[in-house]
Amino acid sequence: MTDTAPIEEIQSLLVEDFSIFDNWMDKYELIIQLGKELPLIDEQFKTDDNIIKGCQSRVWLHAEQIDSKVIFTADSDAIITKGLVSLIVKVLSGHTPKEIVEANLHFIDEIGLQQHLSPTRSNGLLSMIKQMKLFGLAFQIQNTNSQKS
Amino acid sequence: MSANIHELIVLNNFPTVEEIRKDFPILSTKVHGNPLIYLDNAATSQKPLQVIEAIDHYYKYENANIHRGVHYLSATATEAYEACRVKVRDFINARSLSEVIFTSGTTDSINLVASSFSRKFLKKGGKILISALEHHSNIVPWQLACEQYEAELVVIPMNHTGELVIEEFYKLLDESVCLVAISHISNSLGTINPVKEMIDAAHALNIPVLLDGAQSIAHQTIDVQALDCDFFTFSAHKILGPTGFGVLYGKEKLLEAMPPWKGGGEMIKTVSFTKTTYNELPFKFEAGTPHIAGGIGLSAAITYLMNLGMDNIEKAEQVLLEKSTYALSQIEGVELIGTSANKASIVSFNVKGVHPYDVGVILDQLGIAVRTGHHCTQPIMDFLGIPGTVRASFCFYNSEEEIYRLDKGIRKAITMLS
Repeated sequence: MTDTAPIEEIQSLLVEDFSIFDNWMDKYELIIQLGKELPLIDEQFKTDDNIIKGCQSRVWLHAEQIDSKVIFTADSDAIITKGLVSLIVKVLSGHTPKEIVEANLHFIDEIGLQQHLSPTRSNGLLSMIKQMKLFGLAFQIQNTNSQKS
Repeated sequence: MSANIHELIVLNNFPTVEEIRKDFPILSTKVHGNPLIYLDNAATSQKPLQVIEAIDHYYKYENANIHRGVHYLSATATEAYEACRVKVRDFINARSLSEVIFTSGTTDSINLVASSFSRKFLKKGGKILISALEHHSNIVPWQLACEQYEAELVVIPMNHTGELVIEEFYKLLDESVCLVAISHISNSLGTINPVKEMIDAAHALNIPVLLDGAQSIAHQTIDVQALDCDFFTFSAHKILGPTGFGVLYGKEKLLEAMPPWKGGGEMIKTVSFTKTTYNELPFKFEAGTPHIAGGIGLSAAITYLMNLGMDNIEKAEQVLLEKSTYALSQIEGVELIGTSANKASIVSFNVKGVHPYDVGVILDQLGIAVRTGHHCTQPIMDFLGIPGTVRASFCFYNSEEEIYRLDKGIRKAITMLS
């Protein structure tokens, strides 16, 4: 596996990608494109256990640890949510549990899509980020425990 | 075919939509740089200046606690607040002021009945009959009551056009039913239920009926005596009034028989540590300092509506319903959800292959406020096998121009999303 760029660097690149758009429509068109492109999650992981229920759209999230890096895959039933999910996965996946726990996700704010992270939107995105951090934390504890034993 | 808007204006002195909109300052604001098109009226209505100013005036010049004070301001505030009860009585044609209980809204009104009525009348093994079209607030209070009294919650089914299956209602209706609690108009699909027929059938077996009027109060004349319902509930905020205020209408005989629900000030006559005697109706059910400004706001809202005339409002909204239904039915890929012949101005729809949330996000960017999701009616969505709908709900202050822009907006969303 190739090394993933640091979380901060990926965020800066995404902000730069979006900065070329001066109207909302182009911005959303890119997000919709991202949402359409990626088969984000293996069908076998699209289970009720992996579901993060928003009031509006649903998000599925799967995490596994490979060579001390956490690999996230995710999906959503709404395309705009899915596009945003793919951005967040792009930023957080492939990093160590510690990096994920400590990450400060500011890029969504900077590309002007913070409204989608509002708890009132209840599209599952905010809960997904929380869940990703919890996975990071769980892997961190698991790793410490296995080092001890 | 209902009368067109121009006939209304000529015949009944109904103001033009441009004139009406001048009373609603929020309707000339912009959202994301576009003029706001507010089509989420089933969730809450916008407020005219007359209501905003009445509340403002109360806080500026009349604010005091009511019913108990000897001083001038308290008497003024009491008078203004109690004037609302008179307005409500006339607006829904209740027999007396004792039948008009002030609550914090429809949900609170239903909870009052579910708690107090059930304590007295819900027997073990008894049934509460609701319908598949209910809002969560006319489901959950009854679930709680049924759990407490070991009673059964029974549901009248719906069909795929969004109508209740009335034959099934007749089958379910028997002596074991303690109360029928149904929505007058579905907030998700706009279906107007045949409530008069249902009330008469229930009464033939001496079963009382609660009508959830959260939607119907905004769209048509409500006459509780003509309907002969035993309870009728609504919220002020759906009819141009403030949030946090609502009404429970109940027949006096039933309300008299029901025990108090919440305890506190206002609802008592005398209190000692061994025995409390309760106040008379309607105060028996109104514990604590009420939302006085809420009542004053509702008064102003009812005055506004009565000046326009609820019959005229109904006609104007039926025109909006017809035009929007027609416009949306012409868009390829749009599927209308809820196609009853008898509907209020609520249009639910989905775009084939597109999640309602995505449609809502794009429309929002265009300044169009619609509701997306399950509209607090998850059982309806489960029955129809859909995650939710996009819902455009119209009020008499919406214009035909706005329907045109909704039409364009949906077409734009479809181009972007599919």
